[in-house]
Amino acid sequence: MISNDTALMAHLLRRAGFGASRDELEGYIAMGYKGAVDALLNPTDPGNMPDDLIRRYHVEQSELRDLPGSAAYWMYRMISTACPMEEKIALFWHGLFATGYTKLNQARTQLNQVDMFRRSGLGSFEDLLLELSRDPAMIIWLDNNENHGDSINENYGRELLELFSMGIGNYSEDDIKECARAFTGWTLGNAEYMAIRAAKDSIWPYGRIAWHFDYREDDHDDGEKTFLGETGNFNGEDIIAIIVKQESTARFLATRLFQFFAADEVSKAGENAVEAMVATYFSSGYKISDMLQTLFLSDYFKSEEARFARVKGPVEMVVGAIRMAGNYQNPSLGIEKVSDNMFFMGQGLLRPPTVEGWHEGVEWIDSGALVERVNFVAKVLSDVKSPGVRSIIDWLEAGADDGVLNPSDLADGCLDLLGPIQVSDETRSVLVDYAARLGDLDLNGHQPGDQAEQRVGNMLRLVAATREYQLA
Amino acid sequence: MTTTKREKSLIVIQLSGGNDYLNTVVPYSDGKYYDSRPVVNISQDKVIPINDQLGFNPSMGPIKSLWDEGKVAVINGIGYQNPNRSHFRSMDIWHTAEPDAIGKEGWLGRAVRDLDPLGENVLTAVNFGRGLPRALGCPGVSVASVGDLETYGLFPDVQDEELRMFTLEAFSRMYGGAAGRDPVMQMLGQTGQDALQGADILRTAPVMYSSSVEYGPDTLAQNVKSISQVFHANIGAKVLYTQHGPFDTHSGELPTHAKLWNEVAGSVGCLMDDLKEHGTEDDATILIFSEFGRRIKDNASGSDHGSAGVAFLIGGAVNGGLYGEYPSLTEAEQIEGDLRSNNDFRSAYTNVLEDWLGLDAAPIVNGQFEKFDIFHS
Repeated sequence: MISNDTALMAHLLRRAGFGASRDELEGYIAMGYKGAVDALLNPTDPGNMPDDLIRRYHVEQSELRDLPGSAAYWMYRMISTACPMEEKIALFWHGLFATGYTKLNQARTQLNQVDMFRRSGLGSFEDLLLELSRDPAMIIWLDNNENHGDSINENYGRELLELFSMGIGNYSEDDIKECARAFTGWTLGNAEYMAIRAAKDSIWPYGRIAWHFDYREDDHDDGEKTFLGETGNFNGEDIIAIIVKQESTARFLATRLFQFFAADEVSKAGENAVEAMVATYFSSGYKISDMLQTLFLSDYFKSEEARFARVKGPVEMVVGAIRMAGNYQNPSLGIEKVSDNMFFMGQGLLRPPTVEGWHEGVEWIDSGALVERVNFVAKVLSDVKSPGVRSIIDWLEAGADDGVLNPSDLADGCLDLLGPIQVSDETRSVLVDYAARLGDLDLNGHQPGDQAEQRVGNMLRLVAATREYQLA
Repeated sequence: MTTTKREKSLIVIQLSGGNDYLNTVVPYSDGKYYDSRPVVNISQDKVIPINDQLGFNPSMGPIKSLWDEGKVAVINGIGYQNPNRSHFRSMDIWHTAEPDAIGKEGWLGRAVRDLDPLGENVLTAVNFGRGLPRALGCPGVSVASVGDLETYGLFPDVQDEELRMFTLEAFSRMYGGAAGRDPVMQMLGQTGQDALQGADILRTAPVMYSSSVEYGPDTLAQNVKSISQVFHANIGAKVLYTQHGPFDTHSGELPTHAKLWNEVAGSVGCLMDDLKEHGTEDDATILIFSEFGRRIKDNASGSDHGSAGVAFLIGGAVNGGLYGEYPSLTEAEQIEGDLRSNNDFRSAYTNVLEDWLGLDAAPIVNGQFEKFDIFHS
């Protein structure tokens, strides 16, 4: 029988990571639930492959200036990290502060932004918004380089309030203008030239130039501003200090974190967790890791209701399957083709469609996307040559009496080791019938890739194709 | 062959990477063209003239034949104000019909939503190739992306046919089972059944189809053949999309561009023959476009990213001819060394949407645009 500890830990790892193999789960279970939450929320050494090694083996990831290689590079980090929460929180901010390659033509500058999310994504929200406002990719993406002391461009000021912090309905159009005024002069070094590069450049044959933040005092409107009822000669830092004090900001952030890390919909019981996160937001000095700790330790998060309450996003789908299969732990050709699959499913890393990010939850699913999702995961998890699937076969063998599994054992064992995944009785009976077609499975003396192993692969393929597997 | 009244379909061939307008529809009598293109030019003796000023690239023979039959509309100088020379951004602009802000929905996705507002047919739009172009992206609109029509569907990697059949049966039972009251599980169940059904229907298309036309071996020709198969299967596919490239000819342009246009023109020629053989040439229109043209001056091997380009509408219902003006090569008329667009791409979209698909174009293309008189009334 699946133990509660295992099921709960698997749930945590699907949210604070990309799912986990049984061996990984055992490691986390040994820490205890709270210990595991703390370990995940305090990333130490992710054990990245060093960049010089990546560059040696992956020419497509060497310069990181074009999109496919750069998306693959980030995916590689997600696949190989020992600190999955660091990548998961970066993915969260990448969706919320969505910045797209289409306008930038500078993948490296986006990867720098992702690095900033890794570095500051679990810290203070105030610091994070400050870093975001100085982030070169964001400055070009939302035109703050066009926001001048004598003529404002509202784009960044508006989205900072609407999409990045408070949410619509909590400020006036005048607040937007005052906010934009405060961020005049927050631009790039050599901004005019760099903007032309971004709009008019051709990937080939010209190279890239690094972007950096530049504050131009002479282009900053230092006049008096009234923002959300407060008046002063505000600069950007002052505006952010006012934004983060707002109840609406706490609620916005708590809700978005809840939807990404707990459940697509905030239920009545979920409301309590959101309230608790709002309280932590203020008591901790706006600290994101503390809010997430509150969430992960809440009764709601640990309850049955929160299990499988999210539709997996394409990045979770792809990275989760590959981590489970244990592939691409070493430099391997073809990894950029793997990351293409995320795009086929509707979520290309570094290319969110708009500043609103992706439409998540059930909107991930349509018949075209479902075919891509099922086919990719089914193929990866049915490959009995991959190390993760070999490990699943070993676990199955170890758990079976005399190495023989009846059809129920095979179905239940695969559901357990890919999750544990809870499925409806109906789904389970289809899986058992499928296994029963060939009777009991004897794993005694199994050899790599033989028929007995392939039967496990076939069952894993079908589990990967269930409705339930689509959920996190 | 078929006598039932068919609905009209749009077939889109996207030329990805920036097709060189100047070497596609060549201003062969303009000395400034040869002055600007000392290396990367089509010489006068090779051009296929369509009048005394312009001529097609020599690789476009089949399109010239269609031109002679009055089935090719050449839309000159197409583009938008404030040209963006980034592939991604410019293609995004074409896809979302939104040159200024970052657009949210694809123009054809919106068209599909209007054609099938209840989403009753999961095959109203079919994309041939992996990865959905943003033109077809729109919340609530499902589009099948077909890599290979012969193997399209679930579990294509399972070689053993019997095993694949058992797996599909199990999938069908799992997604068809009662979902309880959980709306997400219900939605997943319905979507899974739609996907199975769509795959079943699509896979029958090649079986039902027969034709004496032999398409080329290249990817585009094979995708266009699949388009013909799906179109002729009468399953209500109204938007069929594919792309070809890369047209990003910064170096070694002449042979690359010739090969690509050989494939495009060959595929279009085959498709039009195929439609004729099936008596359906008035039921489909082909739109060919690219995200931008290329720089007027060559770089001694190829040409760099430019602005105004050319689009084509081809079909039995099209009034063949030249539309829009060919932009001047005079330096004063250029925009930063490029041909200046004088013809907003959303005009052509408006033509297609209103006069071909019978939709209200303004909400789809984000505004009112003057149309040409491209389609027979």
